[in-house]
Amino acid sequence: MVVSEKLDQFFDQKMKNYPTRRSFLVPMLLYTQDELGYLSDEAIAYVAGKVGLPELEVRNVISYYSMLTTKPRGKFNVQVCTNISCMLRGAEEVYEHCQKKLGIGHKGTTPDGLFSLEEVECIGACSWAPAMQVNYDYHEKLKPETVDEILESYANKAGR
Amino acid sequence: MADLVSHPDEVKVVSRRFGQGAADLSRYLELDGYKAVRKALEMGADKIIDEMKKSNLRGRGGAGFPAGMKWSFVPKESPKPKYILCNGDESEPGTCKDRLIFEHDPHSVIEGVIIAGIAVGSHQGYIYIRGEYRYLVDIMEKAVAEAYARGFLGKNICGSGYDFECAVHTGAGAYEVGEESALMESLEGKRGIPRIRPPFPAVVGLYGGPTVINNCETLASAPHIILGGGEWYAGLGTPKNGGTRLFCLSGHVNRPGVYELPLGYNLKKMIYEVAGGIRHGRKLKAVVPGGSSTPLLKADEIDVAMDFDSLMKIQTFLGSGGVVVLNEETCMVKFAQRVMRFYAHESCGWCIPCREGTDWLKKTLIRFHAGGGLRKDIDNIQYLAENMLGRTFCPLGDAAAMPILSIVKKFRQEFEDHLEGRPCPFEEAPIEQLPVLR
Repeated sequence: MVVSEKLDQFFDQKMKNYPTRRSFLVPMLLYTQDELGYLSDEAIAYVAGKVGLPELEVRNVISYYSMLTTKPRGKFNVQVCTNISCMLRGAEEVYEHCQKKLGIGHKGTTPDGLFSLEEVECIGACSWAPAMQVNYDYHEKLKPETVDEILESYANKAGR
Repeated sequence: MADLVSHPDEVKVVSRRFGQGAADLSRYLELDGYKAVRKALEMGADKIIDEMKKSNLRGRGGAGFPAGMKWSFVPKESPKPKYILCNGDESEPGTCKDRLIFEHDPHSVIEGVIIAGIAVGSHQGYIYIRGEYRYLVDIMEKAVAEAYARGFLGKNICGSGYDFECAVHTGAGAYEVGEESALMESLEGKRGIPRIRPPFPAVVGLYGGPTVINNCETLASAPHIILGGGEWYAGLGTPKNGGTRLFCLSGHVNRPGVYELPLGYNLKKMIYEVAGGIRHGRKLKAVVPGGSSTPLLKADEIDVAMDFDSLMKIQTFLGSGGVVVLNEETCMVKFAQRVMRFYAHESCGWCIPCREGTDWLKKTLIRFHAGGGLRKDIDNIQYLAENMLGRTFCPLGDAAAMPILSIVKKFRQEFEDHLEGRPCPFEEAPIEQLPVLR
């Protein structure tokens, strides 16, 4: 199987909450991506089989949601919000700093596959701006110096 | 995580249990938890709806539609199952309140969903949370599991004979899905494309059944109304604008944060007293009163009561409660450009005026801010935006056009200042790098 047995069983359980099988499609894609890193062809075929839809229809849904990706990316996806509330508190400097520090641009991945970078829209941290998410972790009230520490801590986590 | 703030003027209703560990069910029960559900079960559908109508609670997602009225539109008899859908796809720039409710008081949302269910005769609720809020999905999943374990959800809730099921559902990144009909599409496992109305969701919604869709904060307010009474809640606000709401203050203020204030609270006071005024001693230039889609107010327009009707009178909206404060050093062309980049990114592409309009406006505004603006562009921006109004299935088209129209109208001079290849007058002094004046 493409995903772990545990996740597969979790999907079976969750699908019972809805009158149609495809209802759990969007969460299923996201959870699958969390486990595999991205939605590979095999993953899409697996999910399509699970909900009983043609692969094309599943791809059609994937292309709509900004968090879903069919391309591999870094272990840690750094998502810097530059929307209005963050912009007013210096998000552009934070984003530029991340670009320099990691040496990559929007949707780029470092050669060691550790980090990816993304400029994202509002992540709901407006009152604690500027903010970013690394995978699902929130980091708020950022300054370029604190960004350095945060990125370091992730690099250390990966044992670098 | 997001830290809490407080101010003496706050009236804590929805935020009453914030910071008190109420995510844990036993703690929640100590803090009057699930009393409202028990009371609602005794009251029955008609009395709940009456109480909700009396409360003058208006939708906290942005449209401000009276919640009691919405619930009363659901037909009593329906051949298809009825559904309750909690909208937690909080994505409106400037808004970060539902996050705190899910984090600090998840059971109040579940209670709200159950109460709405009893009121309209539904036995199934869904709580939709945006994909980025994964830690909140986990908190809500745990809360729902606990509620099942203690008999507040499932068959025969609280021994009443009433069944109610509830599930947590995560999105995967889409602002558009916060719109009610797109939300239903997404929950059905499809692209979040809006549906034409009528029929409205109260009649034909999820899986074709009658559906109540409310914002997370609206539903989290319901238990307090059931316990305290509609009249009490209405009395906290202004006529036709009952209660309190969470205002998210952000931008150039000294004490940004989420504050719960009564409806009708003065905006000037909110900025200068509650949020501590403009940081670094600067002057105010403009305020976004209710999330990025609401028309902006100039500094001399902020002596206004923050309720749905008062803001409507001055051609703007209370929206989702996201108050974004801009100081005198903010370039309004740049601001407009950033807002439009957002809407162009989020437009689902279903309706041509929105898909093309947002993209053209984005391109024009980026070029304009970079110094390539032509005089005729200013009128063109206005013309394009005006032609998006009211011409789309969902309000995203309007949401993109309205703030831009207000900026062009109220800050036209700033557009003129960018003309003829002149550099942006605000660029040499980036906002955050100026010396601090004390």
